[in-house]
Amino acid sequence: MYDSGKVITGLAIFVAIICFPLWYNVINGAERIPIPLMPKDQKKCVAPSDYMRKSHMVLLNDWRDEVVRTGEREFQVIDGKKYEKSLQNGCMNCHQSREKFCTSCHTYAAVTPYCWDCHVEPKEMN
Amino acid sequence: MLEKALSGKSGYWAWILFLLGMISIGGLFYVYQYINGLGVTGMSRDVSWGLYIGQFTFMVGVAAGGVMLVLPYYIHDYKAFGKITILGEFMAIAAIAMCIMFITADLGQPLRILNVILHPTPNSMLFWDMLVLNGYLFLNVIIGWVVLNSEYKDVPPPKWTKPLIYLSIPFAVGIHTVTAFLYCGLPGRHYWLTAILAPRFLASAFAAGPSLLLLIALLLKRVANFDAGDKAIQKLGTIITYAALLNFFFLGLEFFVGYYSQLPGHMHTLDYLFFGLHGYDNLVAPMQFSVFIGMTATILMLFPQFKKSHRNLAIAAGMIFTSLFIDKGVGLVLGGFVPNPFERVTEYYPTVPEIAIVLAVWSAGALILTVLYKIAVTVKNQNA
Amino acid sequence: MDVKRRKFLKIAGLSAVAGVAAPSAFNMLLKGDAVASSGGGHAEKTENTGHAAKAEPKGIQYGLVIDVKKITHTKGLAEKCIDACHTEHNVPDFGNPKDEIKWLWVDDYEHSFPEHSHHQKNDALHEMQFMLLCNHCEKPSCVRACPTKATFKNKDGIVMMDYHRCIGCRFCMAACPYGARSFNWRNPREQYANGNFKFYKKPLNPEFPTRMRGVVEKCNFCAKRLSKGMMPSCVEACGNTGAMVFGDINDPKSEISKVLRENYTIQRKPASGTYPSVFYII
Repeated sequence: MYDSGKVITGLAIFVAIICFPLWYNVINGAERIPIPLMPKDQKKCVAPSDYMRKSHMVLLNDWRDEVVRTGEREFQVIDGKKYEKSLQNGCMNCHQSREKFCTSCHTYAAVTPYCWDCHVEPKEMN
Repeated sequence: MLEKALSGKSGYWAWILFLLGMISIGGLFYVYQYINGLGVTGMSRDVSWGLYIGQFTFMVGVAAGGVMLVLPYYIHDYKAFGKITILGEFMAIAAIAMCIMFITADLGQPLRILNVILHPTPNSMLFWDMLVLNGYLFLNVIIGWVVLNSEYKDVPPPKWTKPLIYLSIPFAVGIHTVTAFLYCGLPGRHYWLTAILAPRFLASAFAAGPSLLLLIALLLKRVANFDAGDKAIQKLGTIITYAALLNFFFLGLEFFVGYYSQLPGHMHTLDYLFFGLHGYDNLVAPMQFSVFIGMTATILMLFPQFKKSHRNLAIAAGMIFTSLFIDKGVGLVLGGFVPNPFERVTEYYPTVPEIAIVLAVWSAGALILTVLYKIAVTVKNQNA
Repeated sequence: MDVKRRKFLKIAGLSAVAGVAAPSAFNMLLKGDAVASSGGGHAEKTENTGHAAKAEPKGIQYGLVIDVKKITHTKGLAEKCIDACHTEHNVPDFGNPKDEIKWLWVDDYEHSFPEHSHHQKNDALHEMQFMLLCNHCEKPSCVRACPTKATFKNKDGIVMMDYHRCIGCRFCMAACPYGARSFNWRNPREQYANGNFKFYKKPLNPEFPTRMRGVVEKCNFCAKRLSKGMMPSCVEACGNTGAMVFGDINDPKSEISKVLRENYTIQRKPASGTYPSVFYII
């Protein structure tokens, strides 16, 4: 093998660079998984929290298609309680802080949905 | 074969560096436009398409023009084009790449471009344009590369390329017909609402594409020691002449319909473009200039003595190319918007970022063309 | 010779089939039109030849009748309507015609009905204020042009915009003969250093989103208010002046149908073949 020294050194440097996120977190102490702020006075959501955690974006996507495109705007009724199919006028009625509910997790997961480029942010409560 | 593009004289590298520089400058302006929105262009509520879409339309024509070499060579077995057919195919690749860049530069939400595929909409002409443009691009990439590679290896091209080559011919006509459909199917835009738009597009394409090829072929003779041969050059000249004649004939038809019928909607844009309307005349000089140089060159080309000299041919091809560039790359799109459907006039002036981005797209096209031609010419010269 | 002729006939036959099949296949693609033309009998076809004649009514088609005299003669009414609409939908004011966003606006007779010639100007007519908005056409050319179905006709006949899907190609703006579509050339939510919005003079309506730069927008006939059983905000702003009547123009028993039957109304650019659902009583 020609230049095996150079090749192996190069590979080692490459692997080190590729693993940057790993050792960066080791050195700096990994961020803890954030816990989104839950509403204190509400126990129920439109779907089980496990589903909401994984698939809230799917639900929001379906809602928006139903509301905007097929005109199915009627409320979701769950256990006799009505929920408006709306991020701003539904979800955020209970989850009143964008910062502590949405952003904290999104920042951790490094996703930047642009909901609030158009939708009007709720006035930050607590 | 790609390695052929990696060795060249200093002139070659200087040209590449120049193009990369232009691309970087335009790229920075694109970042600026991406952050601030299309408001940084000269486009407005009334003139909602500008230089980007105009240039896109013109480049679709240049891409389709490549077929003027493919058709005689493969269908009519016109041997003189054997050496330069590949130039036509590679020019189509660069031109389509530019089209895609122009469209992307023009989108308000470029990140959502795949929505066109995610939500296919057969009633929209833009959907079909996307299909034929990409189809034509793939056909030319595959055909051009495989045929050249066979020549490189000194073997005949594989048989399966033949049907693809035949298929590329209707595709060439298709890309420009569908691009014309983008415009001529819209109510309320009189300048575009004409059944002769697609034929006009094809005529101007078959003049503009070969004009550019002729200029490049003559340039390659000087800088790359690649001689297309006088027979091929003369034939290109003939093709350009007749296509340009048809183009100006069709333009004349538009004038007749507009001014003989005296229909206001049909006259207003012609007035605005060629004579000025209510004192608005920012396109009059370029449009008159376009017709003047285009027709002068076409008439000159009809004289065999004039055409004999390659220098004359180059000048005439340059004039025709410029003429059609102004007519289709600028006047056609703006004419649809000015005056607006309510007979108000809003004029359009491109801004510095817009022009820089257009230049960057041209440079990117030139870069693709340079690299592809470098490969083609090296292979051809090596086997000669 | 014989073989040649047979070959020729084959080719001729094939191309004839292709020639016949292609246009009909094309018609199928422009769906709706195909259904409409095959459905009706003779009587309907002759009826359809007029510019403003409507095809066989299907489902709901919301429409609006605007009484131009009442609008003009009730001082400040036009402005009130525009304000109600623009506040409801967070329509930004860029303060220049180049970037302008229009949902509901006013123009004069000449520029609202440019193809209507007039030898001696009728003074009263030329002072009138014509309220212009999206016509929610029965056969909208913008919907035909949109490559992503970002704009579409909903079940109530409203031409809707899905801002989430719009790629900002502006094909619909080129296709609309009424200038009813506006593009967000800039970010409507641009802010001053102190955090105040540059283009919204009032606080945002939290019930309705704003738009982002790079998408097209237009009047939506207040689809959301309709779903709550309310009238569009411009109609509501007219109060009981009767300057605007809104309703289903396909329902012969609706108030708007009654108004249409009892008055001479005109539509903008009927020659465009889009069948506008906004009518003007002059």
